[in-house]
Amino acid sequence: MSELGLPPFLVLSAFLFVCGVVCVATKRNAIGVLMGVELVLNAANVNFVAFARYNPVFRLEGEVFALMVIVLAAAEAAVALAIILNFYNNHATVDVDKADELKG
Amino acid sequence: MSLPVILFAALAAATGVSALGVVLSRNIVRSAVWLLFTLIGVSLTYFLLGAEFLGTAQLIVYVGGTLVLVVFGVMLTAQGPLQSLKTRPAEWAVGGVLGAVLFGLIVAVTLGPGGPKGVAGGGGELPGSGPLGLAFLGVTETSQPGEVTGVPAGTTIPRTPVAYLLPFEIVSVHLLVVLVGAAYLARAKRRTNTEKFKR
Repeated sequence: MSELGLPPFLVLSAFLFVCGVVCVATKRNAIGVLMGVELVLNAANVNFVAFARYNPVFRLEGEVFALMVIVLAAAEAAVALAIILNFYNNHATVDVDKADELKG
Repeated sequence: MSLPVILFAALAAATGVSALGVVLSRNIVRSAVWLLFTLIGVSLTYFLLGAEFLGTAQLIVYVGGTLVLVVFGVMLTAQGPLQSLKTRPAEWAVGGVLGAVLFGLIVAVTLGPGGPKGVAGGGGELPGSGPLGLAFLGVTETSQPGEVTGVPAGTTIPRTPVAYLLPFEIVSVHLLVVLVGAAYLARAKRRTNTEKFKR
């Protein structure tokens, strides 16, 4: 386990983060954007746990903050889906390009 | 090549391919299934790192809760043309170039000379659920005092005892409030102005 080291986990986390960012940037479906946000949060969590494992200074903090991120991600997903469903009820679409009524 | 290295290689490949599947699949239902595999891969990564409680929490909360919410959202809204909205090629090009540059930047900074190294020898095992609970209450101290920059070499600064119980309680109450709000926001209403906005 110790020969594996910290950097491989950080590269995996960076890949997940970039996938999430590209997902948010290119998806037109609002739920696809939400999935991108979930990927970004998971990438951050992998970083937290990897640092907790490979640096004894963060042994507790890494796990605690990863747990809080999981709970807050659940809350964020619930609110985002409620907003998306409301938008769908009112406009009969989930295309984020159509949500431009606030444009000046 | 020892067992953890092989396991990590297989796991990272599976997780990365699933994450790419989320980005690249046109159909939103397939994106949701790829996201399921990505989340399971991340959970297995936690198990590989030795954080069993966190891996279990990830499986229960993310895979069992959040993903089911997302799948419900997909099923309630994916109808006809909305199921696979096409992204324009120009947007794919901009997004892909942006992503490649961002990935290169992060990896260069991470693996560069100033990047995080971790402690030689791996830093020891992560606390199990029992020590984790006691540390939440502030009964035991799990983290070790670390080197601090700006003090003479060799001096360690003792940690102030920390208890994460109050922040966690605040987070849980926050989750309760948010779920009540979401249930109010997403409640079934009579459709009044659907026809006006339909294009």
